[in-house]
Parts: sequence; structure tokens; C-alpha cells
Amino acid sequence: MSTVPLTHILFVSTALFFTGMYGLFTRRNMITMLMSIELILNSVNINFVAFNKYLFPQKMDGIFFSIFIVTIAAAEAAVAIAIIINLYRTHKSIDVDDATELKW
Amino acid sequence: MNISQILFGILTVLALVSALGVVVSKNPVYSVLCLIVTFFAISGHYILLNAQFLAIVNIIVYAGAIMVLFLFVIMLMNLNAEVEPQKSKILKFAGFIAGLCLFLVIVAALKNADEKTQTQATQLAGGDIGLIKNLGRALFNDYVLPFEISSVLFLSAMVGAVVIGKKE
Repeated sequence: MSTVPLTHILFVSTALFFTGMYGLFTRRNMITMLMSIELILNSVNINFVAFNKYLFPQKMDGIFFSIFIVTIAAAEAAVAIAIIINLYRTHKSIDVDDATELKW
Repeated sequence: MNISQILFGILTVLALVSALGVVVSKNPVYSVLCLIVTFFAISGHYILLNAQFLAIVNIIVYAGAIMVLFLFVIMLMNLNAEVEPQKSKILKFAGFIAGLCLFLVIVAALKNADEKTQTQATQLAGGDIGLIKNLGRALFNDYVLPFEISSVLFLSAMVGAVVIGKKE
């Protein structure tokens, strides 16, 4: 039985990473930028799991790294959304170009 | 072409198209819905990679918890395509070209990653390595310290979110 080559899985995760990167650079909406960060974290997870299966099939380190990344992503999303709501209360906007108090 | 390769192709196309939908669509609600489709496709990839527990956790935590939070916040703020700020066309074009160049460089670097795995790939383990029995045993023996630290992290994130989010 022939399996999927490792290169194809790495291609998927790289493509997802740069899709998220493009979204992070071109969107000004804070929520969409946060979603792009989630895309990037998921592409990293795919890499961890794929290398775990193809290089060390008897171990589970890659799976545990992915589980902890999911955990931290959940905590990060909760704090980031609290910050976004607070910013929306004071600025009535979640455009990152409007939040310039700390710029100079 | 066996069944796992066909499934891999379908999931890949689904993940990439919906990821493009996330960054391209003007309406944030459509972005969230596309991101949920992406997470389901990524969970399918995890199942193909023998990580069944991680696939379920991904669906529960991301599609179930985080995305619902995003949807609620977007609907609370009443965002739509009209108020969505846009960047200039030239900046988008520059971002696209720069991202594509780096993407090509990394794909070229990954091109011969297969040769390094030829020896191990022939002796793949059985499909039960990612099931909850094995994972739980390792989680409470080898990984008990990171597990407890992540619980402290969650507590601090919860307190921080409440403190930041509450009214003055």
C-alpha cells in the first residue's frame, strides 16, 4: 500500500502558512488578522503531526506539541478578543490603523 | 491512486480553497465560515496522519469554541463589508508577490525531504498510536508538567480576559 509522500503534506502546510501570512499583511480588520494567525498555527500543527508520523512513528511527541499549541491558541484567542472588545468600546472601530496612541 | 491518496487530494483542495476564502472575502462572517471549513479539512488530514484524538480535539476546540466566539464578537460589533477597511491594490499585489516568492523558496527546499524518510516509511506503526488510550498514558507520565502548566496558563488567560473585558 503506497501512502501519501511527506512532500505533499509539507506542501499543504506551507501553502496554508503563506495564505495566513498574506491575510495578516493585507487585512486591516483585527478579527480577520486573528483568524489568519489561527491559520498559521494550524499549518504548524500539520507539520508537527506529519513529521511525527513519517520520522518517529513509535513516538507521540509531535501529537503532544500539537495539542499544546491548540491549548495555547485557545487561551490566546480569548485574551485577544477581550482586547478587541475593549478597543471597540473606546475607538468604535477595530481597524488597526485607528489605534495609534502608542505609535510615537 | 488508492483511497488515502484520493482523500488526501480532496481534503487538500478543500483546505486551500477555503483558506483563500478566509483572506479574500470582504464580509467577516464569510471569513469565519470559510475558516470552519478549513478546520474540518485539517482535521481530516490529522485522521489520515494517524492522529485521531487530535482531529477530534481540533474540531471541538477550534470549530466548536473559538469560532463561535469569533462569530459572536463579529455579530456583536455589527461588522459587514461596508465598514471593512481596505488596503490599497498596490500593497496587496506586493504582499502577494513577496509571499509567493518565499513560498517557492520553501517548497524548493522541501523538495527532497522524501529521500530522508525512505528508510523509516517502510516500517510505519499501526494506526492506533493516536488513540486516547496511548495518549492519556503518555500525557500523565511523561507530559504531566506541561499539562499542569497549561492549566495555570488557562487560569491566567481567563482572569486576564475578564479583567481586560470588564467595563470601567
